[in-house]
Amino acid sequence: MTTQPKSNRKLLTMLILGAVGMFGFGFALVPLYDVLCDALGINGKPQGTASTYEAVIVDESRTVTVEFIAHVQSGMSWEFIPTVNRIEVHPGQLTHAKFYAKNLSSKDTVGQAIPSVSPGQGAAYFNKTECFCFNQQPLAASASAELPLIFYVDPDLPESINTLTLSYTLYDITAKVGGGLKQGAAK
Amino acid sequence: MSTTTHDTVAAHDDHHHGAPKGIMRWLLTTNHKDIGSMYLWFSFIMFLTGGAMAMVIRAELFQPGLQLVEPNFFNQMTTVHGLIMVFGAVMPAFTGLANWLIPMMIGAPDMALPRMNNWSFWILPFAFAMLIGSLFMEGGGPNFGWTFYAPLSTTYSPDTTGLFVFSVHIMGISSIMGAINVIVTIVNMRAPGMTWMKLPLFVWTWLITAFLLIAVMPVLAGAVTMVLTDKYFGTSFFDAAGGGDPVMFQHIFWFFGHPEVYIMILPSFGIISAIIPAFSRKRLFGYASMVYATASIAILSFLVWAHHMFTTGMPVFAELFFMYCTMLIAVPTGVKVFNWVATMWRGSMTFETPMLFALAFIILFTIGGFSGLMLAITPADFQYHDTYFVVAHFHYVLVTGAVFSIMAAAYYWLPKWTGHMYSETLGRWHFWCSVISVNVLFFPMHFLGLAGMPRRIPDYAIQFADINQIVSIGGFAFGLSQLIFLAVVIKCIRGGEKAADKPWEGAEGLEWTIASPAPYHSFTTPPEVK
Repeated sequence: MTTQPKSNRKLLTMLILGAVGMFGFGFALVPLYDVLCDALGINGKPQGTASTYEAVIVDESRTVTVEFIAHVQSGMSWEFIPTVNRIEVHPGQLTHAKFYAKNLSSKDTVGQAIPSVSPGQGAAYFNKTECFCFNQQPLAASASAELPLIFYVDPDLPESINTLTLSYTLYDITAKVGGGLKQGAAK
Repeated sequence: MSTTTHDTVAAHDDHHHGAPKGIMRWLLTTNHKDIGSMYLWFSFIMFLTGGAMAMVIRAELFQPGLQLVEPNFFNQMTTVHGLIMVFGAVMPAFTGLANWLIPMMIGAPDMALPRMNNWSFWILPFAFAMLIGSLFMEGGGPNFGWTFYAPLSTTYSPDTTGLFVFSVHIMGISSIMGAINVIVTIVNMRAPGMTWMKLPLFVWTWLITAFLLIAVMPVLAGAVTMVLTDKYFGTSFFDAAGGGDPVMFQHIFWFFGHPEVYIMILPSFGIISAIIPAFSRKRLFGYASMVYATASIAILSFLVWAHHMFTTGMPVFAELFFMYCTMLIAVPTGVKVFNWVATMWRGSMTFETPMLFALAFIILFTIGGFSGLMLAITPADFQYHDTYFVVAHFHYVLVTGAVFSIMAAAYYWLPKWTGHMYSETLGRWHFWCSVISVNVLFFPMHFLGLAGMPRRIPDYAIQFADINQIVSIGGFAFGLSQLIFLAVVIKCIRGGEKAADKPWEGAEGLEWTIASPAPYHSFTTPPEVK
């Protein structure tokens, strides 16, 4: 490369830096994606931490249907179901719900439930003051547990949304926890 | 620059007068023509390899039910067919054409970075040896589609996924090095008087393509790296259980993937813009608008990626944004098509093989463009998504688009490369066999897709049987037709009518001012461009 004319070397350096920069940009897309989804309230990703309930005015004139769905990652032998499939709530009303989980396998397993709200635009208005999804759920072999959820729907929920569907997918994270839980760059 | 540098360069040139013989000539060569030829041959071998996999796919789909291959092997065939055709056939063919033609078109003696040029070619065979080799290993090769969506490529992928990842890394490094070389050559090595707006359009389109490559190939490298660490090192980029998001994979992939589509078509636009004027014996209509249209397409290509993902549950606003941006691309593309048509208007046209392929390109690529517009309509896309309509669409733009333009380029410049005229009779046979069979192959796929046949599935409902049989017959015929092309090229290299320096009456450009075949070292003293 030492025999390259100066202008070649300058341009070459710039182009290589550009390529390396774009490699970095690929990884920068990961936090950027989370930030954008958060800021715009898209993707149906509800907030990952508990919100506080501050005596919100309950809008008695309006009723919103909240539906619950539970999935288990394929290959994971747990039973995981909502105890109630749908509730009618007034926006602002603090509501309790329960999910039931049972470890059907003969091994101690750690589960992690990941919530998702549909329609995606409603996710920002679905507030959980307490949720089992904020923690990992260790269950000994054949053990079962009731998993609590306390939530309220923000009264600012757009008029166009009458039904919110809260879906949980339960993942087996035993291996990851065993090896020291790695959160990955995504969080 | 010091005088010693001059001396060493001169001594170097003397030493290599004529080409060294044997295998070492090809291993060590830094000559742009040698490297261009190797790229083109490599690309053709990959075209036949990927084509053979397509034959397996079409043989399996000849009848409903499973007859020839296991579903898992079928998935490996669709995956590796896609990867080979994109990264092994189309992209190296364009790089090969760039190597051969750009220095001759801008009056430069060689590419700016000849040793890097050697490297960027010679790492490619290793990448594809790894990729194809993984097919024969336990657990099989990649089976998750060329788009390797997570979690198919992470949680559910075969153990050989690491080999896939590294082979994509190598392909990416090769393309980036090739792109850097093209940019440095075009920016620094133009002959005196070769101003920007005098550059042949093939050079312009390749310059813009090279910038796209540098912008997005590293993002692809990042995506495969994330797949690698998610699968083997416990990260959770795309794993919801660890806080990641599989939909994010699609965003990152298509941020690369959509500009990639234009990487595979912009050089075609340059080729067609050289051939249509030559055989219409008129100057290209609207040169400047062609340059601006190419640049606009390149910029817009960064704003449309999510049209591949309309069904992932995006907010309506985003769907509309990506729908309108996608449709906007039809404007600069339309400018190009109308410019080509206007170039032919009242030209004294003749229909030699390169022109036939170029004309077929304009018509058939436009069909592919229109089906692309249909797919861009968000509500319609919900029906077309992941059906054979999509398969028909991208094969119209990539086979009758990119591949036809590469064929046109090969016929157009073969006399310059080999010093012999190719057999016009055989060339026409190749053209007519290809153009008929390719439409029998891909056109009925539109109907299959509209009727709801999903892509990437080895079996189908019985009502699709007749059309699939027609499609498969077209596929076999198209595959066999390409052997005529091989025969034409070999025959042309071995002999034939002596080609004039400028064998095409209407051709323009510096490459026609040097002898045919092009001497091993050309433009050692730069020409004066007026």
